[in-house]
Parts: sequence; structure tokens; C-alpha cells
Amino acid sequence: MLKSLALEPAKCTGCLQCELACSWENEASFNPSKSRIRVFTFHEEGRFAPYTCTQCAEAWCLHACPVEAIVINGATGAKEVIEDVCVGCKVCTIACPFGTVNYNHDTGKVIKCDLCGGDPACARACPTEAITWVDADQTGYDRMQAWAARSVESIDATQGGGA
Amino acid sequence: MSWAGKILRVNLNAGTVTPEPLNMEWAMQYLGQRGLATKYLVEETDPKVDPLSPDNKLIMATGPLTGTMASTGGRYSVITKGPLTGAIACSNSGGFFGAELKHAGWDMIIFEGRSPKPVYLYVEDDHAELIPADEIWGKSVWETDQILHEKHADPLIRIAAVGRAAEKGCLYAAIVNDLHRAAGRSGVGTVMASKQVKAVVVRGTKGISNIRDPEAFEEVTEAAKKVLAENAVTGEGLPKYGTQVLMNVINEIGAMPTRNMRDVQFEGASKISGEAMYEPRESDGKPNLVTNGACFGCTIACGRISTIDPTHFTIKDKPQYRHASGGLEYEAAWALGSDEGIDDLDALTYANFLCNEDGLDPISFGATVAAAMELYEMGVITREDTGGIELKFGNAEALARCAELTARGEGFGQVLGLGSKRLCEKYGHPDLSMTVKGQEFPAYDPRGIQGMGLAYATSNRGACHLRGYSVASEVLGIPYKTDPLVTEGKAELVKAFQDATGAVDSSGLCVFTTFAWTLEDIAPQIDAACEGNWTPEKLQEVGERVWNLERKYNIEAGITGKYDTLPKRLLKEAAKTGPAKGMANRLDEMLPEYYSLRGWTPDGVPTPETLQRLGV
Repeated sequence: MLKSLALEPAKCTGCLQCELACSWENEASFNPSKSRIRVFTFHEEGRFAPYTCTQCAEAWCLHACPVEAIVINGATGAKEVIEDVCVGCKVCTIACPFGTVNYNHDTGKVIKCDLCGGDPACARACPTEAITWVDADQTGYDRMQAWAARSVESIDATQGGGA
Repeated sequence: MSWAGKILRVNLNAGTVTPEPLNMEWAMQYLGQRGLATKYLVEETDPKVDPLSPDNKLIMATGPLTGTMASTGGRYSVITKGPLTGAIACSNSGGFFGAELKHAGWDMIIFEGRSPKPVYLYVEDDHAELIPADEIWGKSVWETDQILHEKHADPLIRIAAVGRAAEKGCLYAAIVNDLHRAAGRSGVGTVMASKQVKAVVVRGTKGISNIRDPEAFEEVTEAAKKVLAENAVTGEGLPKYGTQVLMNVINEIGAMPTRNMRDVQFEGASKISGEAMYEPRESDGKPNLVTNGACFGCTIACGRISTIDPTHFTIKDKPQYRHASGGLEYEAAWALGSDEGIDDLDALTYANFLCNEDGLDPISFGATVAAAMELYEMGVITREDTGGIELKFGNAEALARCAELTARGEGFGQVLGLGSKRLCEKYGHPDLSMTVKGQEFPAYDPRGIQGMGLAYATSNRGACHLRGYSVASEVLGIPYKTDPLVTEGKAELVKAFQDATGAVDSSGLCVFTTFAWTLEDIAPQIDAACEGNWTPEKLQEVGERVWNLERKYNIEAGITGKYDTLPKRLLKEAAKTGPAKGMANRLDEMLPEYYSLRGWTPDGVPTPETLQRLGV
């Protein structure tokens, strides 16, 4: 079964454990500035939102790359950067509409989420399940269930609990 | 190794910034943050120095776990000689600033001297420079944050700044980072402003990649996070209600300081509690609490993010406050609420916003207003003195006005900015100041929690709950339950808490973890990250060493054992209600035993043998 990262901003506390886990997994460094996933704080709204590559099926970054350094991992569906091939031209960073491919000046290559080969460190590190690793076809399952539960409540409220 | 191994020395007289290697010999003895910075301060300054003179130094220090993935590993402390107490000041803050400093490759920053003109420090990895602060001097912390973010055109910088209160000489001004986290107590912000330093801006992209044993570190930090998640306090109570989970609990056991500590229970407690922050309000149907928020790397996330009722008198004409920001923690809710007899949640949230906006310690501010209210009701402070404010207990409008004036250092706010001790002395009633060593009490009346009386009396930075939180044992049963109304065994308990806290405060971790963690959980995390074979016993010893070093500094500063006492009210006036009814604090039953356990003389001076044993 293909899996996917599901992001739920409402559950995020802004702790950055995901950024630490990501940079640790990929760079062997606790370094949010090198994280493939980022948490944004909207202070005046009191909201936090994690954001990373959604692994588009028709990936702009992949098509834009002039040297075919971005390839599809058949097992995970991730679009992965092959560092040895990447020439650091940054065309993919322009092509990505979501800004989730970024240049790393330390290496002269681009970095993006590769789903950690099928066991994303960010999802493991998230203490509030704001980032989960779920069936790719069912990323909305929990939210659907929550709304379904509300519809059940409204039945209870209007019909006195049924029967 | 996990220390960055490098400190930044900022000489404000000369306007120079100089990197230096961290003294690793001291790091092995004092770990980091609170302990290590105290060692630097003690070695480099005269304890008798005027806290607001150029000869005082101010140190911002991270711990070895700051910036790592260990839960809560984002803390930094500010160490200096405090202007409120004349004792050592050490204030700890969360948010994101400390981790950013570490990620830029620095363990600490030492500020010395005084800049001839207002400046701010800009640090970007190895690069550091002092920049003229003309456009931000005279501005609030919030304005400063916005101006500097726009100026540097970098959303990822982290900023710690002082507000107008500090500039105007308020003696309990805080350093506020990330808009609403603060090195709050003892006037560390006042010292920073006295050096003409308005802000520190940091951007760190180097990260931390020198963990001693990476695999072990992953394993032990993950296990420790599980302990936090499965604990009722750190896994449920704190995320849901924040520290405000305590409001109703402490009120019920009769330890809620109320109306300048005349009473030990507040009839309006439930209205300003963590539970009340969930109640939808009439005007817009929204509750006070928007969400909980975490500091860097924290898997507890106790922080409150709140809004004020847009129709409330405090902000109905001030659209600039109609947004979410740091909400009430228990200490602020108590100090701004029950101590003034005010149960208006929105007024308290507004006063709390102002404390963040301009960098006031809400505990000292609230307790000073409470003392002024008592003096006003006695007729000692007059309406003329207050500039027309009807300064009566229960008056929310008066609280809001006092917060505005003190935040800006205007009018009667100048007097309130002196703190409770100096205010009560000024009006001829020093006994009505609810302080130890000049610092105002936090939210636990020591008549209802006896051990806290000893913790307050002996705290090295004046009255403080974060130096030895015996509440954990006496009320919450952590790590074991003791009776809050007895004094027996409390000397040993308080000493153990003080020493353990000294170690935690030196590590980069948050002391709130100790609701769930003991040093058995903490030591493996430090040891996996750092050289030095860190065991629970060694950490306990580090804590004891830090405690004695602070004590020695204080004694040399003139803050001797005779200041290890409580206000007469708490020693002579019995609690009127609650489980402690009829009881005062019995400090005299605990203090001699405490001195003896510490290896101090009957006058409270560490003996040469004790200092030698600890290598102080």
C-alpha cells in the first residue's frame, strides 16, 4: 500500500521536533535551517502549520530538472534527488509551485523531502500526531470520521438519542 | 560534545565582539547555562558591584542540550547581578532564541561595560556585530521585534529585547524573546538596558552535529519523551490547562496568596483558572484560549495562546491588541488576579499582554500593585499619589491603568517600577512588602505549603518557586507525597529539590520536565550528548555546587544569612481559612536543620570544608 504524509495544522504546537528529526535524519545535525519540513507560526492567529513536499504525481520539479537528477522511488512514490547527479542549477526550486524544493549552500545541491525511504522521521517525532504516515488514498480519513461523528451527534441531539 | 565550545564576548565600552573558546574545565564542573555562567560571573566580577554600573556583566547562556532533539531542549538563562535584590540574578527562558543562539555556534554571550550609545547585537553564525539602535530605542519589545524583522528582511531571525520599562529603570524588567517568552525575574532586563543594549538578534544555520553518541542519544531522548507523554501532569494537565492547571488546586488547599497575602484563598479563583480559559464568552462566542503552544523542542507544550474579548473595556478602543498572543500562565494569573482580588479574566490577559509587550515580570509587577492597593486602602497612598487611579482591591480598571503606566515608565508607574520592597519603604510600611531579599513572592502561600517557606527564605535570587519546588511533593506527590502542613523532613526535601533544579537549569532542559522526569531520566540524555560521564549523582553534585557558588557570591555581596527570612505577615499572621487555618509559616523549625544539611554554619555560611568538598 502506498503511504503518504498527512499534515494537520490544528494539532501542531510549533515545537519543531519534526524539523529536528528531519535535519538529524538527513544531515546528521540538529539544524532546522536544513530541514525539508518546516513549521510556520502565525502568531496573531495563534496557529502553527507544518508544511513539506506533497510528492505530486506529475512532479514539476522532476520534469524541470535538465539532468534527470530527480527520480521516482517506486516503493514510496517519493520524488528523490540523486545528489551525485544534481548540478545545483536550482531550476527545480523555480518549478515547484509550493516552494518545497530548496537549495543547500553547504553542498551546492538541492534538498527536498524523500519520505526517508518509507519511514518518515518527522512523523515519528511529532508528539501530537499533527504529522502522520497514512494510507496515501485515505489522507482525509480521520477528518471524515470526525465530521461523521458530528453528524451522529446531531442525530442524537435532534432525535433524543435514537430508538 | 554538544557544547558549541565557543563564547562571544561583547565589550560595550570598546564596541568589540570577540570569540573565545569555552572553558571546558569549568564546563565539566558546572555543565552549562545557569551553573557555567554563574562560574564566569563569579570569576569575572566583584560581588559588590553596583548592578546597574558598567562593571556588572550580563551573560546569556545555553546548556549542552539546548538546540538538540531532547524534549524541552531550548532553554537559555540570563545571569547577572540583579538590581531588584542586589543578589545573583538568574532568569531562565524558553521560546526559540536560545536554540537559535546554539545553532549559530555559541554557548553563551558575555556583555561587559556600557555602550556610549544604544545598540543591538546582531549574530549570524560566526558573524557578530553591534549596530546602532536609534530606531528601536524607546520602542516596546513588540515594536522592536517587528522593526528588526522588517529591517533585516529575514523571517527566520530570533529576537530577545527589552521594552520601555527597562529603559525607564523599572527594577523588575524582563528580557523578552520570541514576543512572549521571558527571562522574567530579578530585573535582568533592567541590567541589559543599563548597558544600552536594546536587543539581541540571532540567526543560526550551523546546527549541532557533535553529539557524543548519536545512537544512544536517539534512544534515550525518545524513551524520555515517552515518559513525559505518559505522565498525567506533563502528558495531560500541562498541555490542556498549562500551568493554570494549578489555580483551583492551590486555592483549595489554602495556599493561594490573595490581596497582598492577607488571605490564602481567593473567592474568584475559578473565574481566572485554566478551566475558565475554555469558557466561550458572550460577545463573540470564543474562549480566551486559542491553543496551546510549545517552546523549542518541547513535547509538553504548556504555553497558552490567548485573545482578549474584543468588547472588553481594556481593548475596545485598541484594535492593536485584538489578536492572539501569549496568554496567562498560573504565575501571571495569580499575581495579576488573586493578589489584587481581581477575577476579570480579560483584564488579567490584557495586563499580561502589556507585561510581554514591554518586558515586565508579571509576578513582581502584580505583587507590587497588590502592596500599593493595601497601602491605598489604609489611606497611606492617596489618589493624588496615583494620579487619580482608584487603587482598590478588586478594581480591574486600576490594574489595567497601572500596567500601562509601569510598562511605559510613566506617572505612578515609575513608583510601581521600584518593586514592592522599595515602594513599601517609601511609604513607611516595609512590613507590608511580600518579598524575600527584595523579590516578590510567587503563587504559593507558605502558610499552606510549609516547605515553600524554607525554599523562599533560602532562594539565592529572592522569593522564587523555581529554585526548589517542594510544591511537587507537598501538593502533587512528586516524587513522593508529603504533608504540606508539617515542617518535619522539609529541610531535606527543599535541599534535594534545590540541588536537582540547579542541575536541570544548567543542562538546557526545562524544569517542568521534572513533574515526570527524575535525574535518572535526565542524566542519560546529557551523558549521551556530552563527554564527562554524567550520572544522576554527579548531576545532583553539580546542582549543589551551583547552589553553594551562588550562595558564596551573595554573602560576598552582603546578602548574608540574616536575609534568609520571610515577611512578618507570613511568620506571625495565621491563615484565616482553608486547611492551614490558624497556621503561620514555621521557618524556624526548618532553617537550622537546612543549614546543617547544607554543611553551612549556624549563620548560613558555607564552611570551608563544604566548599572544598564541592570544589567551589
